[in-house]
Amino acid sequence: MNGEFMNEEIIIAGFGGQGVLSMGKILAYSGLMQGLEVSWMPSYGPEMRGGTANVTVILSTERISSPILTAFDTAIILNQQSLDKFENTVKPGGLLIYDPNGISRPPERTDLRIYSVEASKTANEKNMHKIFNMIVLGGYLKVKPVVSLDFIEAGLKKSLPERHHKLIPANLEGVKLGGEIINRVN
Amino acid sequence: MSELRLMKGNEALAEAAIRAGVDAYYGYPITPQSEVMEYLMAANPEKTTGMVVLQAESEVSSINMVYGAAGAGKMAMTSSSSPGVSLMQEGISYIAGAELPCVVVNVVRGGPGLGTIQPSQADYFQTVKGGGHGDYKLITLAPASVQEMSDFMRLAFELAFKYRNPAMILSDGAIGQMMEKVELFDPIPRRTDEEVAQQCPWATTGRKRGTQKRVITSLRLVASVQEEFNIKLQKKYKQIQENEVRCEMIGCEDAQFVIVAYGSSARTSMKAVELARKSGLRAGLLRPQTLWPFPTKELRSLAERGVQGFLSVEMSAGQMVEDVRLAVNGRSRVEHFGRMGGVIASPLDIFEALKQFAAGEKKLF
Repeated sequence: MNGEFMNEEIIIAGFGGQGVLSMGKILAYSGLMQGLEVSWMPSYGPEMRGGTANVTVILSTERISSPILTAFDTAIILNQQSLDKFENTVKPGGLLIYDPNGISRPPERTDLRIYSVEASKTANEKNMHKIFNMIVLGGYLKVKPVVSLDFIEAGLKKSLPERHHKLIPANLEGVKLGGEIINRVN
Repeated sequence: MSELRLMKGNEALAEAAIRAGVDAYYGYPITPQSEVMEYLMAANPEKTTGMVVLQAESEVSSINMVYGAAGAGKMAMTSSSSPGVSLMQEGISYIAGAELPCVVVNVVRGGPGLGTIQPSQADYFQTVKGGGHGDYKLITLAPASVQEMSDFMRLAFELAFKYRNPAMILSDGAIGQMMEKVELFDPIPRRTDEEVAQQCPWATTGRKRGTQKRVITSLRLVASVQEEFNIKLQKKYKQIQENEVRCEMIGCEDAQFVIVAYGSSARTSMKAVELARKSGLRAGLLRPQTLWPFPTKELRSLAERGVQGFLSVEMSAGQMVEDVRLAVNGRSRVEHFGRMGGVIASPLDIFEALKQFAAGEKKLF
């Protein structure tokens, strides 16, 4: 960071089991490794048992005030319920990234930069189900390179238990792939 | 060299307990603080520092195990969430009555009753006004970040031993569950039995020939003896009030309106103050880090300096607001804003309430 102020407020939302919370954790840990202030605030209420999960991640060059937010710079959306819930929480001019798989009503706002990332389909085709979330993360980082790939690797090392470190190259491959398949929609 | 990690508040607190050289943790699982014992069980510090980690059969057992260990001069602690802490109140009163140091952690959830598992601050009265019986006080620390979950663990034990008084860490579900960067302090070795015997001349460490019998009790029967003890306690409490108040002030120097908030409400309020400043409203935040002793003098001097109003933001029906009113003592307006039952007021909600408050509105929710 070349002394520039940066404050990125992100909501990541989808089904439980899609790796929403761990994607947020890897992003936050990578930010920490890069020297940023970070926070990770999960939904931990009973709604998790109903199937949806979301996490607020903040990356900042300054002390973070509230880890709890209702307006975001970026929304990363992985199912229809989450799109319905969070489309209107993105700040005007903000970024909305979604996986079109299972989306019956695409985003409608015209004041956002909207991208689609076919992570689900790609993960299915390439048998990369386990790193689906890293494909999504890669798409996001292509559009907003808030942390560099080197620090993603460092973040993975820190957040994954040692016995899973052999999976890091595959995870990084997923990140690169996400950057290749993300498309501007509007 | 201290160590940087990304951790949940509950995990940071558990790690800090090991690093602080705590001798014993006794607990019983309850959301949203179960990670404390889970972390300790997984870390298995008995193998490294010799710290005991034990799941008791109930919260009543855990607090009485703490009572016993504390009587032997050990650094003993427990953690729970609201309904569990209610069960501990008798034990806490006994520990206060026996003048023993210990740390109790409450990661507060919505109530009354079993309530909800989401964050709340409705246990303020229980903690600072005496949830158990008798004239006693708990030194109460209110962490507002994962860093403070770690730092206050050590501080709570320091204060508890300095004053031979139980200390409470009053956290909430949001601080317990969120992850932030935390700089962990270097481990402090557990005290040896000799060090305990030397530092705690009151502790029951095994009677030696020619020494006085030591009795740990909260029972005094003779009224005059009990009153003498009460007077001694009150003197100690006065000393704590004079020396141990801690708070953080943000933007209070020129503020016309000051939000008073602790724990996760202080974080959402900090953002609300940023929003207010951007809109041209001169707002500030006073964040008590100790709830007892309360930053009464600090609030009073802000009121004397001409702050027009104080807005107490809490996840409750308005509890701390009473202490804010007592401190301000009619010099400025004081109101409360907050949500209940596990619902968190967002920074925008607080900003809106602050604007209404500044415009003279009284009923804010």
